[in-house]
Amino acid sequence: MSEPLFRVANVTRYHGQRIGCRDVSFDLRPGEVVGIVGESGSGKTTLLDCLSGRLTPSSGTIEYLARDGTMVDVFGLPEARRRLLMRTEWGMVRQNPRDGLRMGVSAGANVGEPLMAVGARHYGAIRHEAETWLGRVEIANDRIDDAPSTFSGGMMQRLQIARNLVTKPRLVFMDEPTGGLDVSVQATLLDLLRGLVVDLGLAAVIVTHDLAVARLLTHRLMVMRQGSVVEEGLTDQVLDDPHHAYTQLLVSAVLQP
Amino acid sequence: MSDGYNFGYLDEHTKRAIRRGLLKAVAIPGYQVPFASREMPLPYGWGTGGIQVTAAIVGPADTLKVIDQGADDTTNAISIRRFFARVAGVATTERTPEATIVQTRHRIPETPLSEGQILVYQVPIPEPLRWLEPRESETRKMHALADYGAMHVKLYEDIAIYGRIATSYDYPVRVDGRYLMRPSPIPKFDNPKMDMNPALQLFGAGREKRLYAVPPYTSVKSLDFEDHPFTVQSWDEECALCGSHDSFLDEVIVDDQGGRMFVCSDTDHCGQRRDAKAKPQTQPQVGAS
Repeated sequence: MSEPLFRVANVTRYHGQRIGCRDVSFDLRPGEVVGIVGESGSGKTTLLDCLSGRLTPSSGTIEYLARDGTMVDVFGLPEARRRLLMRTEWGMVRQNPRDGLRMGVSAGANVGEPLMAVGARHYGAIRHEAETWLGRVEIANDRIDDAPSTFSGGMMQRLQIARNLVTKPRLVFMDEPTGGLDVSVQATLLDLLRGLVVDLGLAAVIVTHDLAVARLLTHRLMVMRQGSVVEEGLTDQVLDDPHHAYTQLLVSAVLQP
Repeated sequence: MSDGYNFGYLDEHTKRAIRRGLLKAVAIPGYQVPFASREMPLPYGWGTGGIQVTAAIVGPADTLKVIDQGADDTTNAISIRRFFARVAGVATTERTPEATIVQTRHRIPETPLSEGQILVYQVPIPEPLRWLEPRESETRKMHALADYGAMHVKLYEDIAIYGRIATSYDYPVRVDGRYLMRPSPIPKFDNPKMDMNPALQLFGAGREKRLYAVPPYTSVKSLDFEDHPFTVQSWDEECALCGSHDSFLDEVIVDDQGGRMFVCSDTDHCGQRRDAKAKPQTQPQVGAS
């Protein structure tokens, strides 16, 4: 089995006296997609913020196998290096695309910004790359100069995905990527995500409360409750044969149309 | 000089504090140094930052020139010049080469500055990243880490919308290859003059309480794209008064019929050129017996 790309050991985060997430450990290998499910307030987003370097854990370590082949301690890095890592090797898709996009500038500038942030200074090349990526996420090329505020919710989310993938990351964090979208748009988006993840060989950590999304996208699943992981395993295994009482409740609570 | 005022209006402690800030600013070109900006006898936005810098550095032997939009004879320039004549008793001038301190708003004089001169800019908003990132804590971090990629987003938008970089004033620059700096609202026409200038350039923002500086002979590069290089404005017309082709021109409406003329915005430069034309210089005789 290949070397883990991302190694999380005993990550705990307190919000003052309260527990955000407690003692979470897992390994992620290249090309693997792991899902984190659980009810609201179970610590999913706190955990994702810790994993993606936005929130410093109270204890525990997070290591990442950088492109140059060295295993780096994410929170032991100097901030400049960590930012560069987050920008060049990681992506972060937020639940609300308005949080992840720059709403005041055009779609093309949104996709081009990560390129400019890592030093691209050729307008034609940046624009060409933006056009390519808008095409890949099925946004018509004549919308490249339109502001994201003129886009529908599903288009904005696809734009956010393009903006995250343009720097060719190896690891992507997604917080409820299909939240707030209607089911047909969700289906298109999931199809797109599944295609991109396979094509690019991305590793991903996806937080969701939608078990159907988890089943479609993830290989492995972690179930969180009150800040702790109560069950983890292969997605099919966890969803079809849940062991922990809380997982059983969660699985049985899904509405079947 | 009128009685009842300390020399240069500000008290000695304040001047010392500002000079300390200026020394730090010169030591770290382009870095914004916070300072305790004082209330001045004119409103914010009229040059309180520039006046405090001038008050801190002016000495009895200095000669002061004040320009506003290039002109020596506008209300603001006259008021500030008279203010220093009153509270510091210093000599004032409209001639750029005669001045030791030039306080300016919106322009750099056309006449090249020389070593020993100081150019003081009035700055409304010192932070170049302000419209991209509203949080001060974050912009400071971006400066600390030289994390300036987002700045090109604005230039990208210009090209996408107008087909060229349409930003024409307050054009962002990189100082000494390190700090991103707002050159204050000077036209981008003046940006190349900042590069490797022999004069000391000091910037004061009174409302925002920041000082920054470009020491003599420091590189100042305007941001651009490889395939859309930085260019300055040019005019099809020439100055209607002095015939200059290479100075920054203002368009002036002269009557109610829409008649207009283009004139140099730098009144001193224009006046010198006209004087030189009116009485042609006699060639100095070579090898006179």
